[in-house]
This record gives sequence, C-alpha cells and structure tokens, in this order.
Amino acid sequence: MKVLLVAEYREKALLETIYELNGFANSLNAEKVFFAVGYESNLPKVAGKLYLADAEKYGEYNPGVHKELIKQVVEKENPDYIVFSHSSYGWDLAPRVAAALKVGQLTEVVAIEDNTFVVPSCNAKLRRFVRHTPGKAVLTIQAGAFAPVVDSASPEVEKIEASAQAKLEFVGYEEAEAKSVDLTKAEIIVTAGRGIGKPDNVPVIEELAKALGGELGASRPVVDAGWVDHSRQVGTTGQTVSPKLYVACGVSGAIQHLAGMKKSDYIIAINTDKDAPIAEVADVLVVADVMQFVPALTSKLK
Amino acid sequence: MKVLVCIKQVPDMESKFKVASNNVWYEDTDLAYRMNEYDEYAVEQAVRLKEQVGDCDVTVLSIGPERVKEAIKKALAMGCDRGVHINDNDYYSKDPYQKAQMIAEFAKDKSFDIIFTGLQSQDTGSAQVGVLLGELLELPVVTTIVSFEYNNGEVTVKRELEGGKKSIIKVKVPAVFTCQLGLNEPRYPTLPNIMKAKKKEILTFEASELLKVENLVTTAKMAFPEKKGGAQILEGDVAELVDKVVKILKEKSLV
Ligand SMILES: Cc1cc2nc3c(=O)[nH]c(=O)nc-3n(C[C@H](O)[C@H](O)[C@H](O)COP(=O)(O)OP(=O)(O)OC[C@H]3O[C@@H](n4cnc5c(N)ncnc54)[C@H](O)[C@@H]3O)c2cc1C
Ligand SMILES: Nc1ncnc2c1ncn2[C@@H]1O[C@H](COP(=O)(O)O)[C@@H](O)[C@H]1O
Repeated sequence: MKVLLVAEYREKALLETIYELNGFANSLNAEKVFFAVGYESNLPKVAGKLYLADAEKYGEYNPGVHKELIKQVVEKENPDYIVFSHSSYGWDLAPRVAAALKVGQLTEVVAIEDNTFVVPSCNAKLRRFVRHTPGKAVLTIQAGAFAPVVDSASPEVEKIEASAQAKLEFVGYEEAEAKSVDLTKAEIIVTAGRGIGKPDNVPVIEELAKALGGELGASRPVVDAGWVDHSRQVGTTGQTVSPKLYVACGVSGAIQHLAGMKKSDYIIAINTDKDAPIAEVADVLVVADVMQFVPALTSKLK
Repeated sequence: MKVLVCIKQVPDMESKFKVASNNVWYEDTDLAYRMNEYDEYAVEQAVRLKEQVGDCDVTVLSIGPERVKEAIKKALAMGCDRGVHINDNDYYSKDPYQKAQMIAEFAKDKSFDIIFTGLQSQDTGSAQVGVLLGELLELPVVTTIVSFEYNNGEVTVKRELEGGKKSIIKVKVPAVFTCQLGLNEPRYPTLPNIMKAKKKEILTFEASELLKVENLVTTAKMAFPEKKGGAQILEGDVAELVDKVVKILKEKSLV
C-alpha cells in the first residue's frame, strides 16, 4: 500500500501535523510519499520522497493551485490514499482533491478496524465504520488520533510546478486577538457551557470559580453568543489549558473543546446527560442540572 | 440576485441514541430533530444579504424524508423566500458525493449568485457537501467563514484557521461559502413570520429524479465507542451530590 501524505506550511513555518500523518502511515506499514507547498530550507524530518512546490512562488494557501499540484503527484505516484490532517487546510482541500480524482473521502478518521475506517458521529457519541469503493480514496485524520512520528531522516526532494488560475484572492492574515486573560496560568478553571441555558446564569458559574479561587472559562457557543468574552474560550480555537482542577458545567465535550482541556489534572463535569462525551475525559461526572447543583456547591464551599 | 442555502435536519445531539436494526445508522424514530447548527448561520447570512441588497430571492433546500420540511419551514420563517425538498427516505445510505450531485443537478441551470452551506453536519460531520457542490458546479468555494461582506458582486470573507488566526479572502460571485459557528447571530423566527412562512411555496423533488451517480463511500457499521474514560458517575439528590463532590475536592486537596 502506498500513501501520499500532505504537509502544510503557513507563513514559512512547517506545521507539526505532518508527523501525525507519518505515524498514521507507519501504523498501516505503508510506503510513504509526501507533498507540500513549502520551503526547502525547512523540510519535515520524514523518510521518503517529498514533492515540493516552492512556496516563494505559490504564496500562501491557494486551493486551486494546491489541487492541481496534488493531481500531478497522484498521476506520478499512483498512491492508494491521499492523506490530510483534519484541519482548516485539510477539510478545505481534501474534498477538492476527491472531486478532481472522482474518488470518495473519509473524514476525520480516528482508527482503522476490520478493514474499515472509523469516524466519529453525533458529537462522538457514536462511531461509523466506513468503506470506500475499490481504488483510491482521500482521508482526513483527526488531530491527536495517531501519535506523531519524526523519522531520523531527510526526505528526498523532487520539485514540482503547476499553473492554475486562482479563483480566490488571498488578501492577508488577521492575527488572533491579544488575550486579556491568560487561562494557561490558572490552577482552577470553572467553565460555562451552553448547558447553563442563558446569559443571566453566567454569574452563577463565576461565583463557583471565585469560591474555588479559580478563573471562569467558556465553551465556544457561550462565547459566540456573546455571553462571555473570547479571551476565556477553551478549545482548539481558544486556549489550551491544563489546570489542577477543571470543572465543566453544561459542556458536552466536543473534540474541539476536549483538545483544549483534556490534559487537566482533575476534571469534574456537571451534565444532565449521562452519555455526554465529556465523560471520556472526566474523572467525575455529576449527573445533575447545573443550575441546581452549582449554586448548592458554591454555598457549601463558602 | 439569487441565493441558495442548503440545510440538513439532524437529531438533537443531547438525544439518547440507539443503533438501528440495520446496524448502519442510528434509530431515527423517537428523536427530537432540529436544523443542523452550522446551517442556521448559513440561513441567517442569506437573509442578511437579502436585507442588505433588497432585490434578492433566497431558496432553502434540504434532502431527506418528509420530516425535514420542518427545518425548511424554520428557514422560511427566518426569512428565506422558497423551499425545495428533495424527498429521500433512503437518505442515510447516500454519501456526500451523491448529496452534492443531487443539489448540483437542481442548481445547475438556476444561476445562483451565492450558495451557502454549513461547514459540516453534526451527525456525520463529513464537511464535504458544500465543497463538492462548488466543485461540481465549477464555482469558487471558500470554507469555514466567520465573517461575510458583500459589495457589488464581490465578497470579502474571513476564514477561520487554527489558534484564532484568520485569512482574508476576496472572491467574485458566483461562489459557494461554507459557514462556521459564530459567523453571525441566527435570529429566532417571530410568530408573524412563522405565520407568513406557512404561505411560502415548498417545491418537492424525488431523490431518484435528480440522482445520477453511485456512492463512493458506504457505512458498514454504526456502533458506540468503547468507554475508555470511565469517569466515576455520581447520581442522585443534589444535596448528597454536593457533599460527595466536596469530599472529593478535600481528598484531592483542591479546596
Ligand atoms: C473548527 C472548529 C473549532 C471549534 N473550536 C472550539 C473551541 O475552541 N472551543 C469549544 O468549546 N468549541 C469549539 N468548537 C465547537 C464544538 O464543536 C462544540 O460545538 C462546542 O464545544 C459545544 O459547546 P457546549 O458543550 O457548550 O454546547 P453543547 O454541545 O450544546 O452541549 C451542552 C451540554 O449541556 C448539557 N446540558 C443541557 N442542559 C443542562 C443543564 N440544565 N444542566 C447540566 N447540563 C446541561 C447537555 O447535555 C450538553 O451535553 C469548534 C468547532 C469547530 C468546527
Ligand atoms: N441532506 C442534506 N440536505 C441539504 N444540505 C445538506 C444535506 N447534508 C449536508 N448538507 C449541507 O452540506 C453541509 C456539510 O455537510 P456534511 O458534508 O454532511 O458535513 C451541511 O452543513 C449542509 O449545509
């Protein structure tokens, strides 16, 4: 079996996600080839052939151009799988490549079992075991599902070029807002999830945070709705924290939230749903209505 | 101006799921259904665009069984002009490619200026239908948008990347956009608008009229994940739960 692993560069930096793809390929015992629009001065440490398009020439991510380049590599190498990270780059580009090759795509693969690819379903409450039609397929791999592997080798570079009309104009980047609260330093974090119900209930969660001597955190919907400031968001698009104690109030435990808090030393979750995926990482799941339990806990602690 | 919004109806993720007897899907009766969260942002953006430019007709489309009309009606009550229901009782065996192809077949001769979809569906999370649709229609696609500005045939959006960073992209219509959480604040339909929506047209097609391709991906099995975590589950009376949690916090020297 042969796999084509797609690496990503952003503003001259190589993204580390390529090593998880490398780990994935090793777990399949597959022959590896690589592709990147990147810089020869900053190559990934991987063993195999790397098809490299010069990022000085092609600039930052441009889907049409990257798709054309990958099509060329696929023609030369005839891989069984074209593999991306399930990231903003991967989920944008993978379906374009699948469409160009007229092959199926399996999204957010977390494991391979019984010759099928396992993907999460319904907020990870279920798993689907999926198959593709015989022949090639495109895969995106969930971040963190496969352990990264750095080879003690440099890739053998082959330069490639393509011409494609860009349909989109890249104007520039907007940097992340400066964080007014540094949650990474907090030893205790009490997080408000959508399960708190309404903005008026935020102070109830804040009270518990104070009673424990910690900081208020929030899940994304609570931030998107404007109930809590973005600087307090925990998760892939917020902060990554590892406090001694993390209390998740009405948080379901979506993968993007877990990515930001699963390394916490001790996790207590309060949720009315006993099957909420947060139980996968929590030490204790208190099955209760957050608006009944949290005020009661706060007054007991006082 | 003509706008298309694609929406999916999905179960409420807080539901208690069961695996269906066919073993490849969840049991779909006894579930509460709602509009896919990402698609609410898509509908809202379409309606805002209509409010901005005035002369704009918004079609909302959904593939699925009869019940998905409820989601279409909600979108109509939010301000879309007309509904299209692609009736499909066998919806769970269709892959993203087939869904995109059916939508493309409907859309191909309608010259939509802008098509909005969600970034992904909450039940299958494939994040493919919007992009595949754009590729099939040979339109530019921008994914994961968290802001949208329309100005005289040109759209400027921000795409969300990792770590809070965004990229700013400009594109001329016609184009397809996939919407990320937080793009806007989806409105709640008001009672008068719910009443008005009842008079709006919903056109129905049969999936078989539009479907022209075989699936590329099949679900072999659906199952619950093995419980690796093993959180200690505390249930019962709130006062007792509080005592138990305080005891744990003390044992762990956390208070
Ligand atoms: C690219 C991308 C990036 C993302 N980044 C982030 C991120 O950085 N951070 C983040 O948090 N999310 C992020 N998300 C969103 C993520 O997928 C989830 O949608 C989000 O985490 C859900 O937040 P929640 O758990 O608060 O809400 P929900 O998923 O709606 O869960 C609410 C929970 O509250 C429980 N509940 C309801 N009522 C009560 C009650 N009365 N008492 C107790 N419990 C109750 C429910 O059982 C449920 O489990 C991202 C998504 C994408 C696609
Ligand atoms: N059954 C459907 N009917 C209409 N639109 C859909 C359907 N399934 C998916 N979509 C659209 O495609 C987006 C991505 O879905 P998916 O590829 O399933 O993750 C959704 O947010 C919807 O906008």
